[in-house]
Amino acid sequence: MNLAARNPAAKLAAAAVLTFALVVSLDPVAPAVALAAELAVVPLFGIRYGALARRAWPLAVSVLGAVLTLFLFAQDREHIAMSALALALRLFAVALPGIIAFATTDPTDLADALIQNARLPARFAIGTLAAWRLVPLLGEEWRLITLARRARGVDPGRNPVARLRLFASAAFTLLVGAIRRGTRLAAAMDARGFDSGAVRTSARRQYFRRADAALVAGAALVAAVALAASVASGAFHPLFA
Amino acid sequence: MTVVRLRGFGHRHAGRRRWALRGVDLDIAHGERVALLGSSGAGKSTLLAALAGLLPPESGEREGTVEVRDRTGIVFQDPQSQLVMARTGDDVAFGLENTGTAAERIWPLVDDALRRVGFPYGRDRPVAALSGGEQQRLALAGALVSRPGLLLLDEPTANLDPDGARLVRGALAGLDGTTMVIVEHRVAELVPLLDRVIVLEPGGGIRADGPPGRIFTEYGDELAADGVWVPGRPPELRMPRTAPGEALLRKGDIEIRAAEALAVTGPNGAGKTTLALQLGGLRKPVGSPVTATAALAGTDSAKPPHKWRARALAGRIGSVFQNPAHQFVTARVRDELALGAADPARVDELLVRLRLDALAEANPHTLSGGEQRRLSVATALAAAPRLLILDEPTFGQDRRTWTELVALLAGLRDDGHGIVAVTHDPDFTTAIGARELPLATRPLEAVQ
Repeated sequence: MNLAARNPAAKLAAAAVLTFALVVSLDPVAPAVALAAELAVVPLFGIRYGALARRAWPLAVSVLGAVLTLFLFAQDREHIAMSALALALRLFAVALPGIIAFATTDPTDLADALIQNARLPARFAIGTLAAWRLVPLLGEEWRLITLARRARGVDPGRNPVARLRLFASAAFTLLVGAIRRGTRLAAAMDARGFDSGAVRTSARRQYFRRADAALVAGAALVAAVALAASVASGAFHPLFA
Repeated sequence: MTVVRLRGFGHRHAGRRRWALRGVDLDIAHGERVALLGSSGAGKSTLLAALAGLLPPESGEREGTVEVRDRTGIVFQDPQSQLVMARTGDDVAFGLENTGTAAERIWPLVDDALRRVGFPYGRDRPVAALSGGEQQRLALAGALVSRPGLLLLDEPTANLDPDGARLVRGALAGLDGTTMVIVEHRVAELVPLLDRVIVLEPGGGIRADGPPGRIFTEYGDELAADGVWVPGRPPELRMPRTAPGEALLRKGDIEIRAAEALAVTGPNGAGKTTLALQLGGLRKPVGSPVTATAALAGTDSAKPPHKWRARALAGRIGSVFQNPAHQFVTARVRDELALGAADPARVDELLVRLRLDALAEANPHTLSGGEQRRLSVATALAAAPRLLILDEPTFGQDRRTWTELVALLAGLRDDGHGIVAVTHDPDFTTAIGARELPLATRPLEAVQ
C-alpha cells in the first residue's frame, strides 16, 4: 500500500479532518494519540523518518520556542507544564499531516485534483500554480538586487535605520519586477485562452477512488479515536467552554 | 484571403498622453511573413498586442477598426514569463485544455507540436532544465498547438544567445502556410524568412511597406538614422587609439588592463555572469583568486575586491547588471546619480552625456528599456571608477542606443578606463575592438 500515490485532494482532506479534530480540545491526550497514529503511517507514504526529521526541523525549532516562552513567562510552572506539553503535541500533530501531504504531492497533480475532484475554479488553482513556478526566480532576483546595491557603493554598515531603508528599497525593486513579470505571465496565459469562458478540459485525469475515500475515512477514524480517548481519560477540555 | 485588416487604427494606453499607435491602415494576406520595424516607441508591440486580442477596452482608448479573421498565437520575448506549467508536455497542452479540446485528442496534438519545432526531449522534461533557446521553442510549440492561422512573435530571439536564436529561427523557417508577424530589433538574420517589411512611423501611420530588399535599399539610411537595425550596414568601428595600459585586475591567467576592452563570450550557462560578479568584487571568487593591482586600488590592493568596503569598491570598479532595474535605489533619476557621485557637477555632466537631462525628475522604474540601460551605465560612472564591468550592455537595444553605448564605452576606454563586457553580441565585440575571452560550457555540476 503506497499512500503517497493517493489523490492529492484526499491527502489534503485527511489532513484537514485531523486538524479540525485537534483544535476542538486543549488536552494533551487527543494530540498524543493522533500523533502516534500519524507517525505510525509515515512509512506507508514512502517517507523515511530521517527525511521527515529533516523536513520538520523548522517546525521543531518553532515548537520548542513556543514551549520555552510559555515556561519563561508562566507564574505557576507546575500548572503550565501540562499546557505546554499539550501545545507542543498539538502543533506537531496538526502540522505533520500537512508536511506528509506536501512532501508526497507534485504541485501540478495537486492543482489538477483540486480542479477535478474538489471542484475548485481553474482560474484560482492554475493561476496559483503558475505563480508558484516563479517563486524560485524571486530568490535569485533578491540575491542580484542585494549585490547590485553593493556595486552602487551602498553599504548600511551597522546602522539599523540605514539597513531598514536599504531593505525597503530592495524589496520595492523586487516587487516592481515581480509585478511586471506577473503581468507578462497573465498576458501570455490570456493569449493562450486561459479563463476565456470556454469549458476547460483536463489533459491529465485525477481520479478520486475508493482508496482515496478510505484515506479520508481513516483520518476521521483516527480523529474520533483520539477524541474518544481524551474524553474517556477525563482530560477532554473543549476550546469553547 | 486577407487575414488582418486595420483601418485608421489607433491605441492610446490608459494614463498616457501620447498615442502609442495612430492612423494605421494595413492588410495582411494569408501566408505572408511580415516583419514590423520602427524605432523604439513606434508602437510595434502595441500593434502585435492588438492583433492578439490583448488590448481589452479598459487598457486604453481606441480608434478605427481591427479585424483578425483567423485564430492567433503569440510568442513573447521572455521564456520565463510565458511558460505556465512545470513539465514540457503539460505546458504545450495548456492552450488545448483552455479551449476545451477533448482529453484523448490532446496528447497526439502536443507530440505533433513538439515535433514541428524540433524539440529534442520528451513531454516529461522539466521546463526548468531547458536552455533559453529550448524554452523559447517550447513557447512556440505552445502557441502552434492550437493551429493558429496567424502567428505573432514579439522579439522571440532577443533574450537568447546566438545558438538559441538560431534554433528558434530554424523552427520558424519550418512552418509552412502560417501567416507570421514578427517584431525583432536585430532583423538581419530573419531576412531570408520574410516576404514583407512594414515600417511604423513614430507618431502615426506607416512609413514604408514592401519586400525587404526594396525597403532596405530605399529607406535604409533614414531607418538607420532612426535607430532601426538595417541589414548590411555594419556599425561604425571604434578601435582603440592607444595600446593597452597597465594591469588593473587579475584572476588566474585573465588580466584586465587599462585602456582596453575585454569581451567575455560563450554560450548561456558557461558562467559569464558569475565571472563578472567575481571580477566586480560582488561575489567571493571560486578557483583562482581575484587580485587588484596598486594602480587600481592603491594600498587596498593587498585585499581581494570582494572584501573592500562598498563605497571604495564603487569608486574603483563599476558594475552594470544585465537587468538595469536591479540597480536602482532611489525614486528619481537625479538622485540615482547623486547617490554615488564623487562630485555634484558630475551629476549634470552625466545627465547630459547620456541624454537623461529631460528625465532628471522621473522615477527610474518608469523609464523605457533604452533609458534604463543608459541610466544604469551612468550610475556606475557616477563614482568615477577606473574599471567598468558590464553584463550584456547592448541586449535588446535599438541601433541608436547601441551606437551611443559603443561610443561612450570606447571613449572611456581611450581615457584609460578598463572595460569588461559579458556579451553575446558579436557586433559589439567587433565595433569596440575588444580582446575576446571565450568561456567554454562547463559541466552543470561545476556551475555555481
